[in-house]
Amino acid sequence: MNGAMSGIDALYQEAIKDYARADHGHGRLDAASAAVRLDNPLCGDRISLQVSLAAGRIVAIAHETKGCLLCRAAASLLGKRGPGLDATGVTATTAALEAILEQRSPPPTDWPELGMFAPAGGHPSRHKCVLLPFRALAQAIQQADAVSPANQGADHREH
Amino acid sequence: MSEASALRAKFPLLVANPGLHYLDSAATAQLHRSALDAVVAHETGARANVLRGSYRLAEAADRAYEAARQSAARFLNAASADEIVFTGGTTAALNLVAQSFGSLIEPGDRVVISQAEHHSNFVPWQMLRERCGVELALIPVLPDGTLDLACLAQVIDGRTRLVAVTQCSNVTGARTDVAAIAAAARKVGAKVLLDGAQAVQHGPQDVQAMGVDFYAFSGHKCFGPGGIGVLWARAELLAAMPPFHGGGGMIGAVTAEGYTWAEPPRRFEAGTPPIAQAVGLGAALDWMMDLDWVPIHAREGAMCEALIDGLRRIPEVRLLGPEPSSARAPIVSFDIAGLHPHDICQVLDAQGLALRGGHHCAQPLLAALGVEACTRASLALYNDEADVAALLAGIVRAIGVLR
Repeated sequence: MNGAMSGIDALYQEAIKDYARADHGHGRLDAASAAVRLDNPLCGDRISLQVSLAAGRIVAIAHETKGCLLCRAAASLLGKRGPGLDATGVTATTAALEAILEQRSPPPTDWPELGMFAPAGGHPSRHKCVLLPFRALAQAIQQADAVSPANQGADHREH
Repeated sequence: MSEASALRAKFPLLVANPGLHYLDSAATAQLHRSALDAVVAHETGARANVLRGSYRLAEAADRAYEAARQSAARFLNAASADEIVFTGGTTAALNLVAQSFGSLIEPGDRVVISQAEHHSNFVPWQMLRERCGVELALIPVLPDGTLDLACLAQVIDGRTRLVAVTQCSNVTGARTDVAAIAAAARKVGAKVLLDGAQAVQHGPQDVQAMGVDFYAFSGHKCFGPGGIGVLWARAELLAAMPPFHGGGGMIGAVTAEGYTWAEPPRRFEAGTPPIAQAVGLGAALDWMMDLDWVPIHAREGAMCEALIDGLRRIPEVRLLGPEPSSARAPIVSFDIAGLHPHDICQVLDAQGLALRGGHHCAQPLLAALGVEACTRASLALYNDEADVAALLAGIVRAIGVLR
């Protein structure tokens, strides 16, 4: 059982707990380009996330997240590092996270923090906890792109 | 050998995993060897479809399937095996009643459930309300999760046709005062359905003594296979109910113009039933009926009490559910401020403790108790004091890891 407990210490490493505690980006935006509420119905993780975009790029993120440490750490990481990303960046970052979880890939050099989720790779039931905030952000960007005429000319749009 | 060790020796999964503290029997109880052996014996010695086969193998399958029905009838003390309908599980049984008996309920008439129901005894009635305007009323719960019986006369009114409640909560373990519910229903001529999913792993039931009209349970909750369940209903109710699914086996005759119904219980068993699973369930029920439940209940109760006492000594823990422990089946749910049940369960798993955290498919109950999610330990006859001690130590350790 010692091996399992050291795995648990890695899963709940200080970085995860620090991000969850810091809860970067917690709150709501006064003027959001899009708002998304997503949950994992079987486990109860829930995030309400708002983004504000300018020229297709995130200028502010706010979220209220209820859930496990992994979900809250992921939301907090996005609260800190999300501003500046465009839709392509969100897609790429999410794909990198999925590769870390599912294929044990190393984190990309520009997102080393994603490495803290690597130990969750061995726990398939927890992947959705980590990914929920990323899915919410992807939906929010999509929604903002769809409704905002200001973004029509954004250079990342291909259609 | 202790009584618990002797019992554990009959459960192949527990034998294969001696370090496992399995505390999730409320979700799925482990499979008893007799049930597994019966499934294997049936599949290798008597596998054939039931009904209408005249070769010897098919007759053997028929006999095995009907013997399982007899076992279920004895387990529930049903008046007749014809009152036993095999279903896919408790959820399927409850949906059968909601669809079939539900179709006999007039718009504006009332179905009463409780705030403590599992989603499987909640959603089918909400669907019935949407489908045909039946009024759905709730028996509220008190802060300890027990039903507020003071409301019965008000909620179970003259328009009530059915009162469908759990026998004990899958979250708090709170036992329902079935006699009080049945009396209140009888006063207005309403029928009573009991969701027995959490009761059957704690011994045989007596549907006639309880004075109920419908009873539903699952095989996998009482040491039998998954994919099989039972709906019991009084013969006169089944006789008046229309079929739920159409198909082979449930008909009297079919012509191009139409069809007639078979008599119950076949009327409600369209298609090939889960035959081997029924046979396995029959074996599990036979085994349970041979046990002496008095010492088992005493042991389950003592373990439950020890667990509650131990949890009370951990300052961060908020216990859910009624006291004394005798007011509940051996199910104990708790909340630890600031810690999510999934994280708690993950750390417990690393210590060989299998528990479930989340909303336990009872979101209305959790809302009433003021929690989003909780961690649940459920005890069965194969658990012992070592499981309880390991859990209490594991929780303290989990708090240390996660804080």
